[in-house]
Amino acid sequence: MQSLTLYDKIWNAHVVKTYEDGDVLLYIDRHLVQEVSSPQAFASLIESGREMRCPDAHIAVADHAVPTRFRQKQLPDGHAAQQISRLRANAVRFGIPYVPMHDRRHGIVHVIGPELGFTLPGATLVCGDSHTSTHGAFGSIAFGIGSSECECVFATQALRQRKQKSMRVTLNGRLGDGVAVKDIVLALIAKIGTKGGVGHAIEYAGPAIATLSMEARMTLCNMSIEAGSRVGMVAPDETTIDYLNGRPLAPRGAEWDAALAYWKSLPSDRGAVFDREVALDVSRLAPHVSWGTTPEETAPINGFVPDPDVETDPERRARMKRSLEYMNLKPGTRLSDIAIDRVFIGSCTNGRIEDLRAAASVVKGRRIAASVVGMVVPGSAAVKVQAEAEGLDYTFLQAGFEWRDAGCSMCVAMNDDRLVPGERCASTSNRNFEGRQGQGGRTHLMSPAMAAAAAITGRLVDVRSLLA
Amino acid sequence: MKSFDRIVSVAAPLPEADVDTDILFPARFLLLPDKTGLGKHLFHERRSQAKFDQSGFVLNSPPFDRAEILVAGPNFGCGSSREQAVWALLDFGIRCVIAPSFGEIFYSNCFKNGALPIILAEEQHGIVLRAAKTGAALGVDLEQQIVNLPSGDVIQFNIDPHRRRAMLLGLDEIGAILTDDINDILDFEQRRRALSPWLHLNKAELSVLLADKEPIDE
Repeated sequence: MQSLTLYDKIWNAHVVKTYEDGDVLLYIDRHLVQEVSSPQAFASLIESGREMRCPDAHIAVADHAVPTRFRQKQLPDGHAAQQISRLRANAVRFGIPYVPMHDRRHGIVHVIGPELGFTLPGATLVCGDSHTSTHGAFGSIAFGIGSSECECVFATQALRQRKQKSMRVTLNGRLGDGVAVKDIVLALIAKIGTKGGVGHAIEYAGPAIATLSMEARMTLCNMSIEAGSRVGMVAPDETTIDYLNGRPLAPRGAEWDAALAYWKSLPSDRGAVFDREVALDVSRLAPHVSWGTTPEETAPINGFVPDPDVETDPERRARMKRSLEYMNLKPGTRLSDIAIDRVFIGSCTNGRIEDLRAAASVVKGRRIAASVVGMVVPGSAAVKVQAEAEGLDYTFLQAGFEWRDAGCSMCVAMNDDRLVPGERCASTSNRNFEGRQGQGGRTHLMSPAMAAAAAITGRLVDVRSLLA
Repeated sequence: MKSFDRIVSVAAPLPEADVDTDILFPARFLLLPDKTGLGKHLFHERRSQAKFDQSGFVLNSPPFDRAEILVAGPNFGCGSSREQAVWALLDFGIRCVIAPSFGEIFYSNCFKNGALPIILAEEQHGIVLRAAKTGAALGVDLEQQIVNLPSGDVIQFNIDPHRRRAMLLGLDEIGAILTDDINDILDFEQRRRALSPWLHLNKAELSVLLADKEPIDE
């Protein structure tokens, strides 16, 4: 029998039909709906007079535009309030479940999908958001789509797709102290580039994966899109199953047993062949920070801002020059000499409980630098409650951080959480694009522990130097 | 969907690598709820900065301010899935982007809206870019899959046949699935119910979501 990959198996199980040209109509089991990519899709559905094919396959939640403080107050009239109320009205109209901002299950779509057990191994899941790759951590095919495709899923519960090529990223070795999965994925993107994964579905495998928690696997899969790949996956194992057991929407009883048997058949077959193989030894990895305006412009913290003049590729040289100009950095500067103004800990990349624990362990008993404004934004209300139960809020507040409510916040800067022009931020988010965290803002991507360390010292710093 | 046949226009050269959708359409404008009228925010930061310091930005500078073609760099449209990037390009008047490579979601979004993304190999891309810089008009013909250069030379490109046909005829993909494939979808759903019943959610299960919800107006 032919050896199949994890991606092959789930793909094959979701083929509704194959067209003459090899395209496939792919069935979509789950759709997460947020306020930014859905209004035009709903409007078009209404305009065309089409019906919502399967209301129970969707969950709607507003995460991008929601405020992360003063929630008890009425939202001021404006675009954000309209966008949120419009999502609610559309959800009510079409009978799809809606999670309100004040609900204990509220949060970023990519945090609450897994928390609710909406995200399952072997499923196909989409959302009008590129970081939908996060859900691949459970061994699902999950990918970001545009608004037009959201409408297609509303109306048909399927998408015409072409199968991706496969890429296996094998992670060997064991992470050192103070080094996190964010460092792995930043190092990977630096290695293969922001278009290194285009056209490929990535499967992360190897001995280092087995040791990673679900939270860490989600960080890894989340960042796949920053390597150009819409899909990042990890095969389900005991860690996956332990995480899902008892989640509100996870199967129960006989269905759980049947699901479990199926999930255990999903990992790639021993002889499965991938179109591309990449290996990375993580044991000697240093913490990484980005210095430019694309996630591939990343280096170990003990390094320097590179010099475009020694770059031989003209395209990369031009890119680097532009990045350094925007970032206001000089070649040859020690990365650990870069002073910062703001620290953002949160996002669908690093806003989960484990991330907050890692940051809090660095912060505990310390104060953030006088020159720095730091904020911690849990990825969901559930993460916030858990963190408060563990006293992490106290640790952050004592250190001088702001402790906010859940949302996308300063990862996408659609609400009031924004950098002002020229401000420099140590951020646990996923994109250091120009203006991503606010017009004229400058972003350095890093792990939660590294962002916490930067807050304490007021500059980029190797967190390992702060560990006892 | 609006159909696409051929266009003749000046082509704005913007050969920068990794122009992401945040640059194309900054996130704060995502609060605007509609598809139309977004062109004024296309490349908002670049265009306003260039006006401020008079540094010049290609889409501010005649004749390229009326370009219907953009000759872009590699990995154009990477990053966020926001379809607003495509709607803003179209509203501005740009209906075709020629680049060595594209971000995947952006590439797919283009076809849903009658915008044509053309991938050219480095050498061909270089030829088109040089022609674009002269400010002379180029032709893009989807039927024949060629770019006509001012020199009279033609550059061949390839678009997936299904997508090409859909663009030429302005087909409605959702309508086609509902007309042609709905029985296949129904069959699939029956099979799925039998094989993997746990993937089927029902109102009762979803009601756990709606329980103990506080009645708060948003």
